[in-house]
Amino acid sequence: MKCSEFLQELTDYLDGVIDARTQAELEDHLAWCHNCYVVCDTTKKTIEIYRDSQLYELPGDLRTRLRTAIISKCHAQKKAGPEKV
Amino acid sequence: MSTIQPKVSEPVSDEMSLVQAAKGGDVGAFEELVKRYDRNVFRIAQHITQNREDAEDVVQDAFLKAYGNLKQFQGQSKFYTWLVRIAVNEALMKLRRRRPERMVSLDEEVKTEEDSLPREVADWSPNPEQQYNQAELREILTRTIQGLPASFRTVFVLRDVEGLSTEETAEALDLSIPAVKSRLLRARLQLRERLSRFFQRREGGNGKPKNTSGDGNQ
Repeated sequence: MKCSEFLQELTDYLDGVIDARTQAELEDHLAWCHNCYVVCDTTKKTIEIYRDSQLYELPGDLRTRLRTAIISKCHAQKKAGPEKV
Repeated sequence: MSTIQPKVSEPVSDEMSLVQAAKGGDVGAFEELVKRYDRNVFRIAQHITQNREDAEDVVQDAFLKAYGNLKQFQGQSKFYTWLVRIAVNEALMKLRRRRPERMVSLDEEVKTEEDSLPREVADWSPNPEQQYNQAELREILTRTIQGLPASFRTVFVLRDVEGLSTEETAEALDLSIPAVKSRLLRARLQLRERLSRFFQRREGGNGKPKNTSGDGNQ
C-alpha cells in the first residue's frame, strides 16, 4: 500500500467503518511508515481537540433571551393562523 | 490505533411525540425541541457565519422556519437532521450577504488534491492542548477552523463536532456520501496541518512554538 492510498482510506479508518481486510492492510502500512503513523495519530488528535473544545457555547442569558423571542413569535404565529414564516 | 468514538447524542425516543404535539399546536412541546437543540444550532451557525449576531439571527430564524413548516416534516429523517438542514441554509444565506464579493456554496470546488496532502509530519507533544491556556487554545482553534473554506468547515463541524453520521450530514447538506467523505478528509487533513505548527513536539524551552498569534498556513 502506498502512502497516497493510505490517506484515501484515512477517514473511514478513523471512523471505524472499514472492512477487516483493508484495515489489516492499513495497519500493516502504519507499522512501518512513520510519516503515515504521525499523520493518522495527529489527525485523530485534531478531531478530539475540536470535539472537546466547547467553542461557541451559548451563554445562559443569551439562550434564555433567544428562546423567549422564538416562543413568543410561535405564539403570535399560532394566533395568526397557519401562514408560513 | 483506536478509532474516533462519536459523541453520545441525547435520547430521541420521545422526539416524534414532541414533534406531533407541536404540529397539533402545542407550543410548549416545540419549546422542548428548542431547548434540546438550540446550543447545537448556535454552534453550527457561528462556525459557518463566523459572526455572533448572525448566529443569533440564525437560531431564531431556523427555529421559526421549522415551526412554520412543521407540517412539511414527514418524519423520514430525524427532526434534528431536518432542523440542521434549515439552519445551515439560513447560515449560508447570512454568509453570502456579508461576503457578496465571494460566492459561498457547499458545492465549491477546491483547486486540487494537493492542498490536503500532508507536508508537516513532525509528531505532536503527548498532550498538545495543555501547552496553552484556555484562551490561547480557543484562539488557535477558532482562527484555524476559520481558515477553511465554508464547504469544508461545515462538513467538519456537522460530522466531527456535532457527531452527525456521514449519511445524516449528506442529507442535511444535500450532498452525496462520497462528497461528504471527500470534504471531511480534506478538512481533517488541512486542520491537522495548520495545527501542527502550534502543537508539534519541541526540544527544550517551554514547549511552545515561538509565534502563537498566526492564523495557520493561509
